[in-house]
Amino acid sequence: MNSPKSSELIFDKSRSGRRAFAQAPATTAAAAIPAALLRSDKPRLPEASELQTVRHFTRLSQMNFSIDTQFYPLGSCTMKYNPRACNALALLPEFAGRHPLSPVSHGQGFLSCMYELQEMLKDVTGMKGVSLTPMAGAQGEFAGVAMIKAYHDARGDHERMEIICPDAAHGTNPATATMCGCLVREVPTGPEGDIDFDALKAAVGPKTAGIMLTNPSTLGVFERRIKEVADLVHDAGGLLYYDGANLNAILGKVRPGDMDFDVIHMNLHKTFSTPHGGGGPGSGAVGVNDRLLPFMPIPVVGKNERDGETEYNWLAEDDLPQSIGRLSGFMGNSGVLLRAYVYMRMLGRAGMQRVSEYATLNANYLAARLGEAGFELAFPTRRASHEFIVTMKREAKSVNLTAMDIAKALLDKNYHAPTTYFPLLVPECLLIEPTETESKETLDNFVAAMIEIVTAAKEDGVEYKEAPYTMPVRRLDDVKAARQLDLRYQPDKT
Amino acid sequence: MPFIPHTEKDTREMLQTIGADSIADLFDEIPRELMIDELRHVPDAMSEMEISRLMRQRAKMDGSPMCFIGAGAYEHHIPTAVWDIATRGEFYSAYTPYQAEASQGTLQTIYEYQTMITELTGLDVSNASLYDGASALAEASLMAVRTNRRVKTGRILLAPGVNPVYEQVAAAIAGAQGLTFERLPMDVASGNIDFEQLPDGREPVAVVLQQPSFAGTLDDVDKLTDWAHAEGALVVSIVNPTSLALLKPPGQWGEQGADIACGEGQPLGVPMSSGGPYFGFMTCKQKHVRQMPGRIVGRTTDLDGNPGFALTLQAREQHIRRSKATSNICTNQGLMVTAATIYMSLLGYQGLVNIANASHANTASLVDGLCAIDGIGRLYSGPFFHEAALQLDRPVAPLLDALAERDILGGFDLTSYAGTDALLVCATETKTAADIETCIAAFADIMARSGLKSA
Repeated sequence: MNSPKSSELIFDKSRSGRRAFAQAPATTAAAAIPAALLRSDKPRLPEASELQTVRHFTRLSQMNFSIDTQFYPLGSCTMKYNPRACNALALLPEFAGRHPLSPVSHGQGFLSCMYELQEMLKDVTGMKGVSLTPMAGAQGEFAGVAMIKAYHDARGDHERMEIICPDAAHGTNPATATMCGCLVREVPTGPEGDIDFDALKAAVGPKTAGIMLTNPSTLGVFERRIKEVADLVHDAGGLLYYDGANLNAILGKVRPGDMDFDVIHMNLHKTFSTPHGGGGPGSGAVGVNDRLLPFMPIPVVGKNERDGETEYNWLAEDDLPQSIGRLSGFMGNSGVLLRAYVYMRMLGRAGMQRVSEYATLNANYLAARLGEAGFELAFPTRRASHEFIVTMKREAKSVNLTAMDIAKALLDKNYHAPTTYFPLLVPECLLIEPTETESKETLDNFVAAMIEIVTAAKEDGVEYKEAPYTMPVRRLDDVKAARQLDLRYQPDKT
Repeated sequence: MPFIPHTEKDTREMLQTIGADSIADLFDEIPRELMIDELRHVPDAMSEMEISRLMRQRAKMDGSPMCFIGAGAYEHHIPTAVWDIATRGEFYSAYTPYQAEASQGTLQTIYEYQTMITELTGLDVSNASLYDGASALAEASLMAVRTNRRVKTGRILLAPGVNPVYEQVAAAIAGAQGLTFERLPMDVASGNIDFEQLPDGREPVAVVLQQPSFAGTLDDVDKLTDWAHAEGALVVSIVNPTSLALLKPPGQWGEQGADIACGEGQPLGVPMSSGGPYFGFMTCKQKHVRQMPGRIVGRTTDLDGNPGFALTLQAREQHIRRSKATSNICTNQGLMVTAATIYMSLLGYQGLVNIANASHANTASLVDGLCAIDGIGRLYSGPFFHEAALQLDRPVAPLLDALAERDILGGFDLTSYAGTDALLVCATETKTAADIETCIAAFADIMARSGLKSA
C-alpha cells in the first residue's frame, strides 16, 4: 500500500489572510449587536485555500482502511458493502434540503418512505410497532429498557429494578441499564456458548425488570434454549430485550417477535447497510410487541386514509400519551433511515433471506478453513452464525503470538483486523464476521494470510510485537496518549 | 443476487468444505418451530433504476419551498467539496477507529475537529461528538451531576430561552437517573431572564443557558453565569456554532466562563435532511475531561517517535467500564464531524464571520419588512442574531398554511412557547434580497385578504 506518511495538520497549511473565497458570502456590514455580547478574540480556524483543503482531507482519507478499500471482518460490526445508490438517493436535493419542521404538505414523499420502512421492519422483526427515532444502537437500547421500566411503572410494579445481562454482552447493555437507573445482574455462559440456565434461574425473580440478550450471541452461536429462557423470564414477570446487533445472522429466517421478545433495537448501520462513517451516524430503530406499543418513543409516522386519499402524518404526545418521550431534537437520523429504506427495497423479500443465508455460509466456510489450518475455534462443536471466534491462546503460549499481534500483522497484509479481546470471556480472541458481500476468493486469501503469519512465527521465529510496519504510523503509545493529554492543536505550547 | 458475489460453483464448494448439504443445514441449531419460510409484507426487489425513479418521484412530492424556518436547524450553503470528500469510501465506509494505525485519517480529522470546536467555544477540550444538540444537553446534564458532586439535589435550572424540545429530551434521558429540570422566570418584555425574580436556595447542580435563545434573543450571559457559580452550580451553555463567529464564546462568560458548552452542530455543513443525521458537540474545561461522555482523540507518538493519533481516556467508556461508564454512547456521528471539519477548514474564521453577518442582515431586513405590515410587530425588544420572534394579531397556523400553499415556509409557530400568537423567523445567507421581498409580499397579501384577525 502506498501509505501517505505525513501527519501535517490543516493548521500547518494556514497562512494569515489566505481564504477559500468562493465559499464565503461577500462581506456585509457588521451585525447590530451590542459590544458587550461580542467576542473580542479571533478563534484560530484554518486559513487555507480550497485546493489545500481538498488535498489535505483527500490525503487523510487515504490513511484509512474502509470497506470500499479492504476486507474488514470486524466481528459484531457487520461491515458489509454500502451500496452507492442508497447514499445518492438519500441526498436528492429535495430530501437533503427539507427542513425538519416543514409541514406534512411538504413531506409526503419523505414520510411515505418512513411509513413503509416502519412496516418492513415490523415484518422482519415480527413486532407490532416500530419507532425510528433512536439515533444509534445504544440509544435504541436506552429506549428499549426505558419502555420496559415504563411498562412496569404503569402497572404499579415499582420494585423491578434489575436488568439481567449475560457476561458476553456488549458493554452498551450494562451501561444502558445504568443510564435507565437500573441495577445490572450478570449471568455466566455455559461451556458450549449458551446461557447458563441454572444461573439464570437463580437470578430471575420479583426484582427482575427484564433481560437483555443478543441472539445469536456475541459468541457467534444461536441460543438454543431461547424459548425456555423467554418462558422463565416472562413467568417471573420480566420482559425480554433483543439486542439487534446480530440481526444479520437471522434476517428473514427467525424473528425476535416469534422468539417471544418484547422489544428489539436494530442497528440499521449493520443489518441494513447504512454507512458506519468512521464511527457514526448509526440508527437504532426499535420494535415492540403489543405490551409496549403505548410507550414507544415519539414521533412515529402514521397514515390516514381520507376520501380515498392517503396522508402521512406525525404521531406525537397526543397520540401516545404514555410514550417514554423524545430522544432527539426532531425525528432521529432521518437521512440514515432513507438509506436503509432504499437498501431494503433493493433487496426485497427474497433478498432479506439471502443476506442471512450467505452471511452464515461465509462465516461457516471461513471457520471451517481456519479450523482445518490449525486455528483453534472457541466453540468447535457449534455451528457458526454470521460470525465466530478464534482463540489465539495456544499460539500466545507457544510462540508468543497474541490476538493483538496477529491483528497488527494482518494490517500489514492489507486486511482490517477482526474484533480483538471481545467478548471478554474468551482469552486471546478474534471475533470474525465476513458478511455476505465478500467473495470466496477474498475469504481464501484471508485464510492464506492468517496461515502465513502463524507459519512465520512458528517456523522462522518471526515476532510481530512491533507490527504494523507499512501503515502511516507504527504502533502507537496509548499510555502516553492518556498520561500526556494532547487533545487539540496549541501552537504556543508545541 | 444483489450485493452477493457467490456463483453456484462457489456455494457448492463452500458447502463441501463445511461438510453441509445445503445452506438450510447451516441453520440446523435453530429450533425448527421458530423459523419462518418467508416474509409477508416486504415487497419484491427493485433494481437500482426502479428505486431511483421511485425516490425521485417522492422527492418531487416534497418540493423545494423557500424556507424561513430555523428553530434548531438552519439552512446554510454547503460547499460542494464538503460532501464530495466526506462521502469518499475511505471516510464513508470505515468504522470507529479501533485499529488506530489503519484509521489515522479519521483520527486526525477528529483531532482537527476537536481543535476547531474548542477554538469556537473558548473551552479546553472536546469529545468526538454526540448524537445531536438535544441529546447533548441530556449528556451535559448527567456530566454536570458527576462533576459537581457536592450538590446532591439533581436539580438543573434552565434559562427561559432553552429550546423546549431539548428540555423534553433531557428529561426523557437524564430523568431516568433522577435528574429534574426547572425553568427560571422570563421577563416577558425582553424574552430573557428576569433577574429580579431569580429563586433563592434551589441548590441547582447546574444552570443551563442558551445563547441565542430559542426565540432568537440575546441574554446577559455574563450576569447569569456569575449568579449560577455563586449558587454553587456548574454552567452549561447551549450555543449555535455559526453565532460564535460573532458572539462571546462560553469559555469567556462571566468571571470564570461556562464549564460545559454543547449544541447542535448541523449548521456547520450538514444538510437539514428532515432532522438528521446531525451531530451534537460538547466541550468543557480541562479539569472536567474525565467526566466527559463519548470518544476522545489524542495525539501521541509511535514506536519511531513520529506523531500519530489514537482514541484515548477509554476507561470512561462502556466497552471498558460497562455498567460504570460515563454514558452508554458507542457509535457517535463521525461522518457529520468529518463534514463539519472540512466545512470549517474551507470557511475559516473570516468566512464564518461573513456568513454570520449576512444571516443577521437578512433576518433584520425580513423583520423590518414584516413589521411594516399592519398586524405584525416584534414580540421581544432587544438585539437578535439570525432569528427573531414576531407578535401577530391573528392565529399563526392558518397563515403558515396559506404561505405553504405558495411554497413559502414562513417560520416556526411560536404560539405555544410564547403564550400568544407568535412566529419565529430566520433568513440565513442563502436568501437574496428578492427572496426576502417575495416572502414579505406574500405575508402582506395573505394578511390583507384573510379575515383571520382575532376578535
